[in-house]
Amino acid sequence: MTDYKPLQFHVPEPTGRPGDEPDFTGIEIPAAGSAERPPIDVDDNDIKHLARTMIRVMDKDGNAVGPWAEDIPEDVLMHGLKSMIRTRAFDERMMTLQRQGKTSFYMKCTGEEAIAIAFQQALSKGDMHFPTYRQQGILLAQDYPMVDMINQILSNAKDPLKGRQLPILYSVRDYGFFTVSGNLGTQFVQAVGWAMASAIKGDTKIAAAWIGDGSTAESDFHAALVNASVYQPPVVLNVVNNQWAISSFQGIAGGNSATFAERAHGYGIPSLRVDGNDYLAVYAVSRWAIERARRGFGPTLIEWVTYRVAPHSTSDDPSKYRPKEESSAWPLGDPILRLKNHMIQRGLWSDERQTQAETEFDEEVRAATKEAESHGTMGSGASPKEMFECVFKEMPPHLREQRQKMGV
Amino acid sequence: MPQMNMIDAIRDAMDVKMAEDDNVVVFGEDVGYFGGVFRCTHGLQEKYGTSRVFDSPINESGIVGTAIGMAAYGLRPCVEIQFADYIYPAYDQIVSEAARMRYRSSAEFTSPLVIRTPCGGGIFGGQTHSQSPESLFTHISGVKTVIVSNPYDAKGMLISAIEDDDPVIFFEPKRLYNGPFDGHHDRPAKNWSTHPKGDVPEGHYTVPIGKADVVSEGSDVTILTYGTMVYVAEAVKQETGIDAEIIDLRSLLPLDIDTIVASVKKTGRCMVLHEATLTSGFGAELAAQVQERCFYHLEVPVGRVTGWDTPYPHAQEWDYFPGPARVGAELKAMMESV
Repeated sequence: MTDYKPLQFHVPEPTGRPGDEPDFTGIEIPAAGSAERPPIDVDDNDIKHLARTMIRVMDKDGNAVGPWAEDIPEDVLMHGLKSMIRTRAFDERMMTLQRQGKTSFYMKCTGEEAIAIAFQQALSKGDMHFPTYRQQGILLAQDYPMVDMINQILSNAKDPLKGRQLPILYSVRDYGFFTVSGNLGTQFVQAVGWAMASAIKGDTKIAAAWIGDGSTAESDFHAALVNASVYQPPVVLNVVNNQWAISSFQGIAGGNSATFAERAHGYGIPSLRVDGNDYLAVYAVSRWAIERARRGFGPTLIEWVTYRVAPHSTSDDPSKYRPKEESSAWPLGDPILRLKNHMIQRGLWSDERQTQAETEFDEEVRAATKEAESHGTMGSGASPKEMFECVFKEMPPHLREQRQKMGV
Repeated sequence: MPQMNMIDAIRDAMDVKMAEDDNVVVFGEDVGYFGGVFRCTHGLQEKYGTSRVFDSPINESGIVGTAIGMAAYGLRPCVEIQFADYIYPAYDQIVSEAARMRYRSSAEFTSPLVIRTPCGGGIFGGQTHSQSPESLFTHISGVKTVIVSNPYDAKGMLISAIEDDDPVIFFEPKRLYNGPFDGHHDRPAKNWSTHPKGDVPEGHYTVPIGKADVVSEGSDVTILTYGTMVYVAEAVKQETGIDAEIIDLRSLLPLDIDTIVASVKKTGRCMVLHEATLTSGFGAELAAQVQERCFYHLEVPVGRVTGWDTPYPHAQEWDYFPGPARVGAELKAMMESV
C-alpha cells in the first residue's frame, strides 16, 4: 500500500478559446511612469523587479510620464508614426497580393509595429539586426526601397535574392538587416557571435537579436543567453511576446511560470519588461539598452509585451484556436492609435493628417506594387539558372554537371 | 624539414593562419588555456591572447552559432567540436544556417568558418567517441567536407579550409593523430617520424580541397577510401599481393570524380572502404557514381567494406572496425569472382 496519489499531467490552457469571451485579467498593467529608470551600468541584481513589472510611458490620456519619458525629437516621433502607418499599409496590400495568388506567402506584423520601428530608430549605422520574420518595420523605417521588398515577395526578375528565398525572409546588409532564417531561434545566438566579433575587433558596433515568445523554448535561446552571459558582448536580446506562436499561447513556451524577461535572471543578464505597444517606452528602453551595449556594459534582455493581431501567416486561421474578439480586447491597445493620440495632444498631428497619411501610404504601396508586378509575380521571371548559383562561392564540378543536365 | 605528428601539424596550420590574419579566431570546449583534449590548440592562447583563443561553454550549437555570427561580421573562426559524436546539437546551425547563408542572402552574408572535429574509432571510445558522421554533411548542400589522413595533408588542407570562403567540416581521424594505423591493433603502434607524410614544411603551404591523392598505384583494383582506412588498404595490398590502386579521397565534397573514374576505368574493379556504417554511407554515393560512369569497364560489382550498421560498440571494437582481415577477404573475393 502506498499513500501516493496518481500523478497528474499538466498542459497549460489559454484563458479563452473560440466562442469564449476574451479574458486578459491575468495581465497586470502597472500605471505609466511607475517603473524606475536605472543607470546604464546597473547591477542586474538591483533591477530584478523590472523583469516582472511593465515599463510604460504613455498614460491613458496620451501624456508621457515618469522617468522613461524622454524629450524625443519631433522629427523622430513623426518618422516613427509615419513608418508605422506605412508598415500597416504595406502589410495590408501584401496580404491581398497573396490572396490574389501573386505570392505564395506573407506575414503581417499588425499590432506590433512600434517595436521594430522604434528600436530601429534608436540604432546606429553599422549595427546589425538578426530579425525574425515579423520585423519588416526595420526596413520600412529606414526607407529601404519598398519596391525591392515587393520584388522579393513576388520572387520576380528583380528579386534581390534571385528567387531562392521564401517571401519576406529578406536580407539587406547595408541596412543592418541580417538574412532572416526560417528556422526559429537559430539567429539569436548568431547575433551574440556577431557582437562578440565586434568586441574582439575592438569596434563599437552592436547587435540586436530578435526572437518570439514561442521560440524562447528553443535550445538556441539558452545557447544565446549562456554565451551572452559568459562573454558580455554588446548585444540587445529582444523577446517579442505577442502572446501566440501559431496556435500555441505563450503558456506553452513556459510563460505562465515566469515572465520571459525573468529568464535572464539565471544568467545574470539585466532584463526589462516593456509595454511594446507604447512607442515612447519602446524608443526610450531601446536607447537605454543600446547605449549600455555600446558603452561596454554588456547584454540586456528586453521582453516586449504585445499582441499578434494578425494571423501567424497567410496559411493560418486564428479563429480556430482563440476568441474572435481577443485582439480588440487586448488591454495595451493599438500602437499606432496610441502614438497618434499622444502627438495630437502635443499639437504635432491631427485626425486629418492621419487620414491623409493613410491615403498617401496606400497609394505609395499600390504604385510600388504595380512597378514590382511589372517584373513578374509568383516566381515568374526568376531564372532556373540562378538555382545553382551561390551554393558555394565557386561552383563545384558536380553542380556544374547538374546544371548542364538541366540545360540552363 | 620538421617531423610532425598530426596534432602538431594541425596546430601549426592554425598558428600560421593566426599569425597571418588577425581575423582568425579559435575556440571550442577546453581549447583555450588547456589547449584541447587532444592538444591541437596547445600554446595558441598564450601566443595570441584570450580574445582570439578561448574556451566555450559546453554547447555545440552555441559554438557553431556564435561562429556563424562572427564569420558574418568578417572573422574567420576555426572552431573545435571536441568529438564528432558531439556535433549533432550543432547540426541545425550547420545545415540550416552556415550551409545556406550564401544561397539565401545572395552572397550578402557568407559563412567562412571551419569546424574541426576528431572522428573515427580505434581508441576504445565506445559509441560516444568513435563515430564517422561524414555522410551527414556531404548530403547537405553548401558545406565542404574534408577528412585528412596524414600530417602533411592535415596542415595544408586546414590552411586551405581556413582560407576558404565557404564553411568546411574538417574531420580528423583521431587514431591517426600519433601515427599511421593499419588496423593491426595487436601490433606495436607506429608513429609519424618514420613516415614520409610526417615531413611537414614550416610556414604557409596549401593542399587543395577537392583533389584526391593516389597514394599507391596499381592495376588490379581501385580502392576508394579516406582517413584511417587508407592505411588498412595499404596493409592489405602488401599482405595479399593484390595490385590495388589506393585513392585517398581527402575531400568528399567537392569530390574528385575525374581521378576516381580514370582509375576505375584502368583497373576494372572498385572497392569502397570506410569506417562509417554501410547504409546510406558515403560509400553508397561512391558506388552509385562509379557504376554510372564506369559500368562498362567493371569486371565485378562495386564492393563495399564498411563498419557494420550498428552503433559503435565498446568491447567489440575490433569486430566492428573493418580491419585488414575483413578487407583482405573481400578484396580476394572480388578478384576471384570472374
